[in-house]
Amino acid sequence: MDNEIQVPINSDQDIVAARQKGRLLAAAMGFSPVDATLIATAISELARNIVSYAKSGEIRLSVINGSVRQGIRVVAQDQGPGIFDIQQALRDGFSTSGSLGLGLPGVKRLVDEFEIVSEKNRGTTVTAQKWKP
Amino acid sequence: MEVPILKQGDFLIATVQAALTDADLLHLRAALLQQVVRCRSQGVIVDVTSLDVMDSFASRTLREIAQMIHLRGAETVIVGIQPEVAFAMVQLGIKLEDVATALDLEEGLAHLKQKSESPT
Amino acid sequence: MARIDIDPVGTQVEEQYGAATAERTKPASVLLSELVSHLRDNRTQLREEWARRITEAQLLTAMTKEEIFAEATSVYDNYVEALETGTFEALQAYARNLSERIIPRGVETHEVVGIVLLLRDVLARSLFAKYHADFTKLNRILDAYEPAANRIANTVAVGFVQERERIIREQQEAIRELSTPVLQVRERLLILPIIGVIDPQRARQLTEQLLRGIRMNRAKVVVIDITGVAAMDATVANHLVQTVEASRLLGATVIVTGLSPEIAQTIVNIGVDLGKMNTVGDLQGGIEQAERLLGYKVVPFGEAR
Repeated sequence: MDNEIQVPINSDQDIVAARQKGRLLAAAMGFSPVDATLIATAISELARNIVSYAKSGEIRLSVINGSVRQGIRVVAQDQGPGIFDIQQALRDGFSTSGSLGLGLPGVKRLVDEFEIVSEKNRGTTVTAQKWKP
Repeated sequence: MEVPILKQGDFLIATVQAALTDADLLHLRAALLQQVVRCRSQGVIVDVTSLDVMDSFASRTLREIAQMIHLRGAETVIVGIQPEVAFAMVQLGIKLEDVATALDLEEGLAHLKQKSESPT
Repeated sequence: MARIDIDPVGTQVEEQYGAATAERTKPASVLLSELVSHLRDNRTQLREEWARRITEAQLLTAMTKEEIFAEATSVYDNYVEALETGTFEALQAYARNLSERIIPRGVETHEVVGIVLLLRDVLARSLFAKYHADFTKLNRILDAYEPAANRIANTVAVGFVQERERIIREQQEAIRELSTPVLQVRERLLILPIIGVIDPQRARQLTEQLLRGIRMNRAKVVVIDITGVAAMDATVANHLVQTVEASRLLGATVIVTGLSPEIAQTIVNIGVDLGKMNTVGDLQGGIEQAERLLGYKVVPFGEAR
């Protein structure tokens, strides 16, 4: 698909690459520094999940055009083991001991729209969108 | 990318850069511990002024660094968290509990000096 | 027989078919440059006529005659240049620039659209006056002119509207900033009195302002006074808690004052341990505690010598 920035995620360095690209795109689109940071942080967490659980995958960034405003779309996709219980994953956050959880509720708070599709052994696709006010 | 660690009297100052990978953080953890032992430091400042994103791994590792350094009898202060980064952190739900934070290097040093003068 | 071909198509056709046909087959770009030359040659009087028509139509009443004429000059030149080059970036940039200047003067969208359409008409009329003897040519020139003129009108209108929206947003932002002041009362001490209803958007704006204030003023203690806040739902209570946490990350201690029993209950309900939050009954008490934290000695007035 054209007009999309694709970042392969295979290592911890790719996490940094993906979030820096995301920040650049957000800034170029005119998002405020605060929003650009929220977007970069969300990308970092989603990319991190790919590395931790699926070993490899991809982050795709694109501009979405609504009727009155623009937004940024982040798609995090992998072919990993899939999330067993999505509902549970959406309830868990980061516990104080810092133990793993996918941090999905947290990522959800950083963006405006959030969708997750996951199937056992078929991988996971998270789509997050943030609109420019 | 290696994080530079400077010695300032009884304290160590580690200055982090923006493009900090997981591997860099783990390396920093090991390096700081090593230096604290070698220099018998009383305190460590981790300056994250240039860090543009603090995600779950970064905050977890910083807390581990603080805990490990505490076991050596030294205190850690994280300084320079930017307003946008602080905002994103609380939205994401990551807290740097049990880790001292200060506005900048100057404040961080003041904090460490105060702690070393009147240890609790 | 060597000949320097300046207008190869036209002269060849003219040789074969006569002058009228030659005119018909001239490419639009050639016609457009003829048009542009005409507009440039008659610049002064066309501009004057336009300015006159603007006043007649009672547009731009917020501006003086001199101002209108000055702006008319720039718009005219940009208009003709856009016609000539066929590119609209320069025009767009100019439209934004112009809008930025006239919007604070109270100029409205319909006025801007109105004056651009007036210019289009003034120029069209002038073309008619020049070419009315040759209807074929007039037709072709208008065919070349019209789409370009409409595109220009569109570009200017859109530029104006976008600029207007941007300015309104900035003004609203400024109003919000003014109505939620972060006060520096002493060195290293900030007070944030919150009054009225807070919606999530305002709450977020408050947080951003406070964090920036902490950084700029190097504050070590912040007193957030919510005496003036009647009620708070769970979302906003969450924002308050997040503000406290984020402030701490910047090295500042937060004292919350004026917590009503209802709000205290809301905070407890969202799972926050109030015991961990630094709270004091009223603003005065909060300031005193802040001063103590900062190392100021608070001495009752009577005892001070």
